[in-house]
Amino acid sequence: MAARLAIVLGLALLAAVPPLLPKYALEVLISILFFGYLGACWNVLGGYGGQFSFGHAAFFGIGAYTSTLLFLHLGLTPWLGMLVGGALAAGFGLFAGYLSFRYGLRGPYFSLVTLAFAEMLRVVAVNWKAVGSSLGLVVPSRGSAPLQFLFAGKLPYYYVILGMVLGALLICRAIERSRMGYALAAIRENEDAAEAAGVNALATKLSAMAVSSFLTALGGTFYAQYFAYIDPSLTFGPAISIGGLLPAIVGGAGTVAGPLLGSFVLTPISEITRAVLRGRAGADVMLYGLILILVISFLPNGLMGWLRSRRAGAV
Amino acid sequence: MSAGLEVRGLSKRFGGLQAVNRFDLTVAPGEIVGLIGPNGAGKTTVFHLIAGFHPPSDGAIRFEGVSLVGLKPHAICRLGLARTFQLVQPFAGLTTLENVMVGAFNRARDVAAARRQAAEIVDFVGLGPRRDVAARNLTLADRKRLEVARGLATGPRLLLLDEVMAGLNPTEIEAIIGLIRRIHERGVSLLIIEHVMRAILALSHRLVVLHHGEKIAEGAPAAVARDPRVVEAYLGEPVEVRR
Repeated sequence: MAARLAIVLGLALLAAVPPLLPKYALEVLISILFFGYLGACWNVLGGYGGQFSFGHAAFFGIGAYTSTLLFLHLGLTPWLGMLVGGALAAGFGLFAGYLSFRYGLRGPYFSLVTLAFAEMLRVVAVNWKAVGSSLGLVVPSRGSAPLQFLFAGKLPYYYVILGMVLGALLICRAIERSRMGYALAAIRENEDAAEAAGVNALATKLSAMAVSSFLTALGGTFYAQYFAYIDPSLTFGPAISIGGLLPAIVGGAGTVAGPLLGSFVLTPISEITRAVLRGRAGADVMLYGLILILVISFLPNGLMGWLRSRRAGAV
Repeated sequence: MSAGLEVRGLSKRFGGLQAVNRFDLTVAPGEIVGLIGPNGAGKTTVFHLIAGFHPPSDGAIRFEGVSLVGLKPHAICRLGLARTFQLVQPFAGLTTLENVMVGAFNRARDVAAARRQAAEIVDFVGLGPRRDVAARNLTLADRKRLEVARGLATGPRLLLLDEVMAGLNPTEIEAIIGLIRRIHERGVSLLIIEHVMRAILALSHRLVVLHHGEKIAEGAPAAVARDPRVVEAYLGEPVEVRR
């Protein structure tokens, strides 16, 4: 009951407060929701299924490039282009997933293969003239054109990413409570035993991969429209892959709210370290890394695990 | 006979090791068959081969007329042949009920049906009071029961039990024997690997003895327990059969 009240209150705040915020605070909030969204997408396969992808930037980049290229060359609105990007990313996810899972790559081997796939796409994008090579692509901004996924101010983007994050969390919740959620949890805990209990591990992991990569690609389109510029290292680089998995792991992998909660903690820390150590290149990343190590060593089950154990202890 | 399990000429080589050699085995519907033999005889390998965890090097495995060779473990489970693991493999982070639900999804149409069927099985194996406990917090005896429950929830017509009594005390063993009898009464045939001779002799309709990957004896439990080759290879001294 208290949890439900907190959710309603939180949603009301997220909907009502942003118009009152100064520009910088709004940008940070958009960042928080954006990484929360990537975390929720990563969580479908990584959190529930225990398959730690280090290469979700592959799907993100496919989404960003597909919708932007379709917009630039065919004038297709990114609202539709993002669905094409999602479908392509899901197709690539199924391809990469099939190669990895069919040949029994588990744990760190799967992580490394996904990382390699993302890096491969980054190198392709860097060397491919038709997609802008390393110079990247500029999304022409012509003021406000809501039908083209272009808005004059930051606020509309905020509501778009808020809607996306809520949609992703609802999808996670539906998966968690379905047959697929139980199958993923069984695979995460013990894949051999899951197979013995009748779980088709390959099909289950591929389904999760398809959902996860489709949703991640939509985040790529959001990024392209919001920043109006993409290049290979921004979209296919490891920063995006890590930007998705960190909030999920710190917040609580395999929980609905974990990724968003994780982003609410991590993103401001990263903003603050960057502001405090401005001008000392790399120092902010080191401090951020240090904080991360502390968080992970003291909260091995993430923030959600910590909250749950506190609640259990209080009873 | 096309019903039940039929294994013909089953062989498995791991590199230079002949783990199983031209092994034949049948389990008829309604039968309880005991598979015994010294450690390293190849008993668990036979289970892995039947349940699809290793491909056989040679031989045929048919269940109710369907060839199992080349099928994945989950597909074999769907056909109505379930197994337990010698070293219990619970889904540690899930509760007892959730563990069993994973198995129940084989037959259940939706989550509510899976939960209902799993709850019935959890009560049946005597884990009712522990149903919402995380599997990692169960005692060994309870984990063994959970292993059986998860297999049973898949709705098998043949259940392979791999040393479900190992490590248990006499009282717990007595309870598991009772449980296996009740599973049999539900119409499930059983193939059981077990070192607890008292239990296997009491339960089995027929015994098969494996030694160095080969079958050295087969027959009624009382006869097999007195067979000089079995005594020499495995038992050490003749075992008295009490039922």
